[in-house]
Amino acid sequence: MKALNSILVLAAAFIVVFAEAVIAVPRHLLGAQIDLLPALVVYAALNTDIVVLSLLAVLGGLWFDSLSANPLGLTILPLFAVGFPIFLQRDLILRELPFAQVVLGGVASAVVPLLAVLLLLSSGQKPLLGWGSLWQWIVMTSGGAVATPIFFTLFEWCDDALGYKPRTETSFRPDREILRGRRKM
Amino acid sequence: MFKQKYYIAFGIVALAAALFLSLPTSASSRLKLALGSLFLPLFGLAGATHQLPSDLVNSVLPRSELLREIDRLQRENQQLQAEKVQVNAIIMENDRLRALVGWEKQQPWKFRLAQVVTRDPANWWRTVEIDLGSRDGMTTNMAVLTMDGLVGRISSVGYTRSQVILVGDPKCRVSALVKDPAQDTGILSASGPLDSSLADLTYLPGTADLKPGQQVVTSGIGGVFPKGIPLGQVVDARQVDFGLYSEARVKLNANLGSLEEVFVLTP
Repeated sequence: MKALNSILVLAAAFIVVFAEAVIAVPRHLLGAQIDLLPALVVYAALNTDIVVLSLLAVLGGLWFDSLSANPLGLTILPLFAVGFPIFLQRDLILRELPFAQVVLGGVASAVVPLLAVLLLLSSGQKPLLGWGSLWQWIVMTSGGAVATPIFFTLFEWCDDALGYKPRTETSFRPDREILRGRRKM
Repeated sequence: MFKQKYYIAFGIVALAAALFLSLPTSASSRLKLALGSLFLPLFGLAGATHQLPSDLVNSVLPRSELLREIDRLQRENQQLQAEKVQVNAIIMENDRLRALVGWEKQQPWKFRLAQVVTRDPANWWRTVEIDLGSRDGMTTNMAVLTMDGLVGRISSVGYTRSQVILVGDPKCRVSALVKDPAQDTGILSASGPLDSSLADLTYLPGTADLKPGQQVVTSGIGGVFPKGIPLGQVVDARQVDFGLYSEARVKLNANLGSLEEVFVLTP
């Protein structure tokens, strides 16, 4: 089940990157493309192990950069830099609560583009920035915040549909059954 | 013990990122295109999905509608044939006059139709990918346009796909000419991240007499874009650096927000 979940997370990253490159509706409606990888990283940090989180950061980052004009490998560090602290603190996070998921997804979606742009600027690149970028950042943050609980729900469905459930043991024991009425001799 | 394992993972990821970022440009762009080709099956699937509604519409279109469409196309074809004859005559006359003046014969533009397959998922770049690559004769810096005007230039070429940097991206600067009496030239560069229909025309002379609605075309300086490709129209202008230069905002002719098919200008 663990392996299946890991494969599902990586497959979701692949599809998410492709969808971001093909679907232009958010760009037309809101003026910005919503990045769903940070939301996926939040899910992976809270529900999978360090190997899957690392693979998601590396592969997701590479796939994203391969369809973008970013230098190859640029998105790996922002994704991992967001996922790693969440992973280390995950025992303290109430991951079942949708509110916590929304907050974490929003923070991750806000931090990843900031780190990516910082890396770009520090490497001497000149990305397209301006006051409009602030609006794009708000859209990305809000989009990621909304998407995170959806990812949690989707993966939960997948777990329920594809995974084995541990058999719950009944508390009924026939040798301890209390029989009503008189026992026939 | 566990913490050590986590920090080893952190080190490996950081090392991988550093390794990819330090790759030479040629290796990096080859690897990028190789990774991008992993999405090829999904491109096919997306293409089929796009095609499906039009196929469905075609299959239920009444015969009378189709006949009307054929009739309209036939009339349009006849009109175009007549115009072609006129254009050929003009070309011959132009060649003859050029020969008389001693000017070099003008090479006609050749176009390759390409389909836009993806857009840059990052909000801070304006690039698209087209379905023509080195196997189709694409090379870097080829001009890409639509019927309305210039779209951008090819920045990197893979075997089956190429990346196009759009006008308005910081990496695509175009030498432009304003169709005013003085024929002022400037550089068309990025405007803002939100509105892809606007670009800034900078480094115009301070004396430039710019008016809204003036046409802006490529100047041909720089050698990347041929002269005369329409770019857009002047929206407004202002003087900068105490009147040393003028700047104008240009509304681009090509609708960069919804590109589906583009033409690549081949030599």
